Amino acid sequence: MIIYGTALLAVCHMLGIVCGDFLGRALGMKTNVGGVGIAMLMLIAMRFWLHRHGRLCATSESGVNYWGGIYIPVVVAMAMQQNVVAALRGGPIALLAATGSVVVCGCFISFINRAETHPPEPLDEVHPAGGP
Amino acid sequence: MEIFEKAARENGLVAAFAVVGLVVMVSGFLSRQLTSGRVQGSAIAILIGLALAYVGGKISGGTKGLADIALFSGIGVMGGNMLRDFAIVATAFEVHPQEARRAGWIGLLALLLGTVLPFIVGVAVASLFGYTDAVSLTTIGAGAVTYIVGPVTGTALGASSDVVALSIATGVIKAIIVMVATPAAAKFLRLKTPRSAMVFGGLAGTVSGVSAGLAATDRKLVPYGALVATFHTGIGCLLVPSLFFLTVKAIVGK
Repeated sequence: MIIYGTALLAVCHMLGIVCGDFLGRALGMKTNVGGVGIAMLMLIAMRFWLHRHGRLCATSESGVNYWGGIYIPVVVAMAMQQNVVAALRGGPIALLAATGSVVVCGCFISFINRAETHPPEPLDEVHPAGGP
Repeated sequence: MEIFEKAARENGLVAAFAVVGLVVMVSGFLSRQLTSGRVQGSAIAILIGLALAYVGGKISGGTKGLADIALFSGIGVMGGNMLRDFAIVATAFEVHPQEARRAGWIGLLALLLGTVLPFIVGVAVASLFGYTDAVSLTTIGAGAVTYIVGPVTGTALGASSDVVALSIATGVIKAIIVMVATPAAAKFLRLKTPRSAMVFGGLAGTVSGVSAGLAATDRKLVPYGALVATFHTGIGCLLVPSLFFLTVKAIVGK
């Protein structure tokens, strides 16, 4: 059943958000700390566990894969509602601070990634969400 | 026309699927015809999206781009936090646990650097433009981390509203630069492996910038970058109004 996959995704999402809120509360903040990341870790763990017990059929998986596939269109919709007007009105301070931090971080990303010693594995070898 | 408008308004999310589908289709066409596939379709789609957001913001005078126009209100649901996070979590289904584990520590290091470095740059620029008080300096520096850390910090420290607005603008511009520049800079950044995507997710910050930037570069890298980037705002909100503010205050003395 497709809904099993989507429900699994929804449960992981909700649990992750709740954990993130608790973590934020525990650290004395009003914001969510890593809720989505925690949800992702839960989903990875659930998939691993269900696979091992042979409880995940292809139809159920498609209930998750659809949402993974709709991801780019969602990002496009997200771009459509950015406050671009205000961003452009921010003036030279905002522009300089933003550009400066992107450039500095970019240099560090490049530096760290160049130091990667493992032979870069082509991602095509990674099997698709269908799993092992 | 009236009937058409009413239908779009009452079926917002469905209309949004159609609009976004159309934009993605046009982008794919432009990518093949104008750049013979060299610039990814999704990169062009995001650019068109940002351009439409500008037009929408100009027409409506609101803060949510195209979503503030009644006809396109469904865009607000489709691209809002709920569906965005739902789709991001779904991409975790493609993650390989071994790959993610191998990059664990470097991801954490990237996250810390991704908070400290933009903050320093933000504070430096703010002081260059004449800000001298610790509250304003910290708030603008926080905006350079992400556009959520900016207002959270500003509110916590009691910064003036124009400084808060400035910090939000800084964060939004940063996210937009990351969205647009990542595909072009992918070679320089060595964005090829899951590990490199996790380093990117930690250092480039903001879920929106990272997820869109990676989507336009290589769809397979998205979950790895997003996994780290989702902790970015949390760490920023934790460190900036506390440790970083006290450090800035100790340096400038007021």
